[in-house]
Amino acid sequence: MKTLKDVATVIRSKNAGPYELTFDVLFPDITTYERVVESGVVNAQSVSQLYGIPLEDVKGIIHFAPALAIKVTIKRPRVSGNLGESDVYGAQQHAPFLTLAIN
Amino acid sequence: MSTDVIRVLSPTAILGYGFPVASFEDGLSRNPDVIAVDAGSTDPGPYYLGAGVSFTDRQAVKRDLEYLLIAGRSRKIPVLIGSAGGAGARPHLDWCVDIVKEIFEEQKLSGRLAIIPSDISAEVVLEALEEQRIDRVPSGPELFSEAVEASTFIVAQIGEEPIMAALEKGADVVICGRSYDPSVFAALPILRGFSRALALHMGKILECAAIAAIPGSGSDCMLGTLDHDGFVLEALNPERACTVTSVAAHTLYEKSDPRLLPGPGGALDLTDCRFEALDDRRVRVTGTRFVPTQDYFIKLEGARPIGYRTVSIAGARSPDFIEALDNILDGVRQQVRNNFPEVQEDDATLLFHVYGRNGVMQALEPETKVNPHEIGLVIEAVAKTQASANTICSFARSSLLHFGYPGRLSTAGNLAFPYSPSDFQAGAVFQFSIYHLMVIADPVSRFPFELLDLEVAS
Repeated sequence: MKTLKDVATVIRSKNAGPYELTFDVLFPDITTYERVVESGVVNAQSVSQLYGIPLEDVKGIIHFAPALAIKVTIKRPRVSGNLGESDVYGAQQHAPFLTLAIN
Repeated sequence: MSTDVIRVLSPTAILGYGFPVASFEDGLSRNPDVIAVDAGSTDPGPYYLGAGVSFTDRQAVKRDLEYLLIAGRSRKIPVLIGSAGGAGARPHLDWCVDIVKEIFEEQKLSGRLAIIPSDISAEVVLEALEEQRIDRVPSGPELFSEAVEASTFIVAQIGEEPIMAALEKGADVVICGRSYDPSVFAALPILRGFSRALALHMGKILECAAIAAIPGSGSDCMLGTLDHDGFVLEALNPERACTVTSVAAHTLYEKSDPRLLPGPGGALDLTDCRFEALDDRRVRVTGTRFVPTQDYFIKLEGARPIGYRTVSIAGARSPDFIEALDNILDGVRQQVRNNFPEVQEDDATLLFHVYGRNGVMQALEPETKVNPHEIGLVIEAVAKTQASANTICSFARSSLLHFGYPGRLSTAGNLAFPYSPSDFQAGAVFQFSIYHLMVIADPVSRFPFELLDLEVAS
């Protein structure tokens, strides 16, 4: 079975301000982008399961064709830099997306 | 001076991140109308704002500024610096101004220097809170007066308006406190009558310099050429190219929604935006709109001190220790609580970061059933004083080193320390206390600038 990392050119995470984490999945061409978008595998339920977070903490799933990208934003588990922080920039929270199965 | 196009040179993503001289000189050969650079971010976390310290190195910032100021003064084009010193509060601004003055003196430059502080006093924020002129940002908490009063520094991200006001008064170099990233790139184009929407959108991409190219780099130059219908982006290093995907993808970077990008006074609407390749290396962008908001919102940032930190770094290789780790750490926490009432009373915090298991993702980590052959541990204590943090970290470290547990074979010690001394004082700890929107009446008069005539010393 193919996973997201087999078809995407970029899979990354980063803070979008101190309260949110945002993930970008970029594809090499419009065909691949549309195939993944249409398969619907990246959705609020799958993201909430992938990260073990409540559905309401998934703040947005955006399909942005000009960049051949799917963008996912979730609420940060803690405000960036608060006590207990493990990733101030939020740049290493993307790994669960790598192995997301696509149809 | 042409009124049909305006060229903006962005030398580097963050002042101090550097750039190849060849790229910069190539940029100058294209006759830019302005050199603009962003120096800041909240990404490195709350410490730098709270402590009034730059996250970039003075020598590195001075190296970049020397090229920018010498080029700007010899060509008589403005040099604009946003978010001076990283976090852009008064100490950061003064730090950057000091470097600029030093270069003026050493290089025998002259010109008018405008300084735009963006600090907002606690009184002003409290008054706005009282008058319900403070708004939350998505996923952010409500603001309470206690957090405002506890903040060491509060800054606002200024728009392009105060920079335009300084340029109108003849400023040759403008150093801004915390700024909305595109402001320094958009100020001169808007002053010369170009579209606010296009100028800001171009600034949004230029502020990260060559990060929007492929291969991307935060340490290389980009040129933006704006006309009245659109703008063209071009990486100045021939080894990089701007492609439709690289530029469009950059629009996503660090934003929650690429279609609507809010900033001071309104939002950029990219719904009908078009990215077209002019050739293999240049991209033209058209169709961006700016939707002003009825009230003028600026973003406030503040940080407050929460104590002092001490950390200890260690590793472990015993399979029995790694397997029993959760129980062992619970046992150590209990020993620390029994010994130190401040931990019981929540005046001090003891944390363990377990690398090799879930040190990076913690609660978000889906792979919970792992069996690492070794682990890395960071023991972290945060307390009201440095002495108390030292004590708790030290006690937790020694307790963990000699902690007895069922099945323990390696009775000489549970931990491998790479360093002697094993513990490190990390100093004051801050957290973000304010990241909110505030309505202001006038974006220019709220941020008055200081204008200095820097003459060559005779």
